[in-house]
Amino acid sequence: MNFDFSEDQKFLAGEARKFLNAQCTTAHVREVLNDESKSHHDGVWNKVVEMGWIGTAIPEEYGGLGLGMLELCVIAEEMGRALAPVPFASTTYFFAEALKAAGSEEQKKEVLEKVVSGEVVGCYAASEGPGNPEPSKLKTTFDGSKLTGTKIPVTDGDIATHAVVLAKEGSGASLVLVDLTGAGVSRKKVSTLEPTRSHAEITFDGAPAQRLGKAGEGEDYHNRVLDRAAVLLAFEQLGGADRCLEMATEFAKDRYAFGRPIGGNQAIKHKLADMYVKNQVARSNCYYGAWALSTDASELPEAAASSRLAASEAYWFASKENIQTHGGMGFTWEVDCHLFYRRAKLLAVQAGSPKVWKEKLVSALERKNAA
Amino acid sequence: MDFNDTKEEAEFRVEARSFLEKHLKPKDANSPRRPTGEDFLKRAKEWQKTKAEGGFAQITWPKEWGGRGGTAMQQVIWNQEEGKFDAPTGPFTIGLGMCVPTVIAFGSDEHKKRYVEKALRGEEIWCQLFSEPAAGSDVAGVKTRAIKDGDEWVINGQKVWTTGAHFSDYGIVLTRTDPKAPKHKGLTMFIVDMHQKGVEAKPIHQASGGREFNEVYFTDVRIPDSDRLGEVGDGWKVALVTLMNERLAVGGSPGPDWKEIMEYARDTGSLTDQAFREKLADWYVAAQGYSLTKFRTQTALSRGDTPGPENSIGKIITANQLQDICNSAIEMQDHYGIMNDTDTMPANALFQQSFMWAPGLRIAGGTDEILKNIIAERVLGLPQDVRVDKKVPFDELKQG
Repeated sequence: MNFDFSEDQKFLAGEARKFLNAQCTTAHVREVLNDESKSHHDGVWNKVVEMGWIGTAIPEEYGGLGLGMLELCVIAEEMGRALAPVPFASTTYFFAEALKAAGSEEQKKEVLEKVVSGEVVGCYAASEGPGNPEPSKLKTTFDGSKLTGTKIPVTDGDIATHAVVLAKEGSGASLVLVDLTGAGVSRKKVSTLEPTRSHAEITFDGAPAQRLGKAGEGEDYHNRVLDRAAVLLAFEQLGGADRCLEMATEFAKDRYAFGRPIGGNQAIKHKLADMYVKNQVARSNCYYGAWALSTDASELPEAAASSRLAASEAYWFASKENIQTHGGMGFTWEVDCHLFYRRAKLLAVQAGSPKVWKEKLVSALERKNAA
Repeated sequence: MDFNDTKEEAEFRVEARSFLEKHLKPKDANSPRRPTGEDFLKRAKEWQKTKAEGGFAQITWPKEWGGRGGTAMQQVIWNQEEGKFDAPTGPFTIGLGMCVPTVIAFGSDEHKKRYVEKALRGEEIWCQLFSEPAAGSDVAGVKTRAIKDGDEWVINGQKVWTTGAHFSDYGIVLTRTDPKAPKHKGLTMFIVDMHQKGVEAKPIHQASGGREFNEVYFTDVRIPDSDRLGEVGDGWKVALVTLMNERLAVGGSPGPDWKEIMEYARDTGSLTDQAFREKLADWYVAAQGYSLTKFRTQTALSRGDTPGPENSIGKIITANQLQDICNSAIEMQDHYGIMNDTDTMPANALFQQSFMWAPGLRIAGGTDEILKNIIAERVLGLPQDVRVDKKVPFDELKQG
């Protein structure tokens, strides 16, 4: 039994934490939060690019470090913990993974190297309106060379240079790659609950685009990208949830009311114990997701779903009860609790809400039991 | 990251499995979940003897006490493999898991020679006599009194929720020897012969209808001072060693899990119900969370490390989930679900039966509330609860 990260992977996580503790504090996060013109933190992003983290799971032949998904998982946990206000998830978990999953050799060669160097910032555009996008009902269309339609909201859509877009092609769906700086693309920033990861509405009006993979197989690719991104997002959620538990615990030990620390009261103790239980459930499920992701196991659909569900629940609970534990201070702009509350909600809905993933999970269990 | 055994672990697993195959039948759908009765006890004693002779009883115990001198990981592997067979193990869990280790830690050489091997070979069964009607979560509040009389102690009082007292040969009993001392300071632990005069075990009629636990009454029971475990007044220190092993002994729930309610829902046409599907997903995620957490603990054991505190989440998850699953299964059947006849009800009324067991599982071996206190205090480092009884002589404490 070896159900844990290796010493090397733990070392990498430790180094990432040290780096982010120094270079990506909540003061950096607030620079983005407090300035509407900022879509991300340029300084932090440049340093993340310099560290080469984007290329963690990108093979060396495409300019990456060629480490692997387990290494990317531990970095994701640290990025989540630090609330990194950069387009790392969009570029790495979604855009690069979509290229890896569906791109041709040529496409991978051409684009991935620029992703690693920071020249290309990627995003992933699926949502078109309320509800989970169903490939059969998409309004954005691709005719083999040109893309038309509107995607909203697109995480990091205003800063990305390129997008992978889920579009209708014929009677099916396809994934297509589009240069957002080219012709036929207009975009505007949209206001969200979580301004430290910016969002845009992107309108394509016959924008030149190229298909990734085969026509009409977009739904399969899309599901594959989501399964893979779900595990990585779950690690970000786990990192955030653990940070919330630490903040709440520290506060409960230091804050005195009625002559003693509030953390001596069972109403607080049991709340924080519940948080601990949920975080451990999330951690164990995340590790399983990491294993399935790194080995490309046939269990990936249910492993991805359960890690995403456990982590969404843990982060939601930890972020809301962290505010509650802090009392009135927790509801001020100055105290960091709300930063996690905002991020928790974004990560829970960004790649399909818990309701969607519960259905995916039960469907996967049904298929498995029928087999 | 993988789920494979190391070479040594794989070899041990093969050895364990071939031993099990030689002696037992694999579990199947007809294997009883909560076997009881005389025949079962006889079978359990025989199996314990066979295990001891094969070197598979108490794998981590040193060889001098009849153990294997093996690793914690080997014990985990043994438990996994034994769990796949129809193995009658229940009656020895508490004795070998909690009581006898306490005897080994605090007993004299004579005690160890007299008791350890016989327990290991299944010849004698032990029970743990701690809880009392007024000392459950606050188990240091025991009132069973031991008074010194020459070279003997005279015990009077009542214990409760004693698993297996009616078929046990010996027990360890926590008593109060100094009521003038504060609660934790006036306690002393003894070995007690359960067959002696003045010891009476009476089954408790549980809310579930069954009678698996006991009240035990002590009336002028005489125990030689030589059967004391630890110093006079050090009973709490001794009890902590026993309790440290408790949550390892009180494991997962034997009730129906997400798989069984999923099958049941499919058979009854409820699997298409969206609300049910969402609940099923929640149960799966939590159950996986706990199973996989055990893998993390095993990984630490396999590497020779001390496991972290993460395993403490186990009983909180399993007991609550069992109650929730049973409740949903009953409601799924609507009015029909209130019936519990094992011959006519689907799944042999398993959900109905476990519905009545679940409240007990949330209490036994540490209530949900005590377990959360333990996580909060020992894992998160939060302050202890207010203890108004800490420095007060026990006989001056408020009662009620």
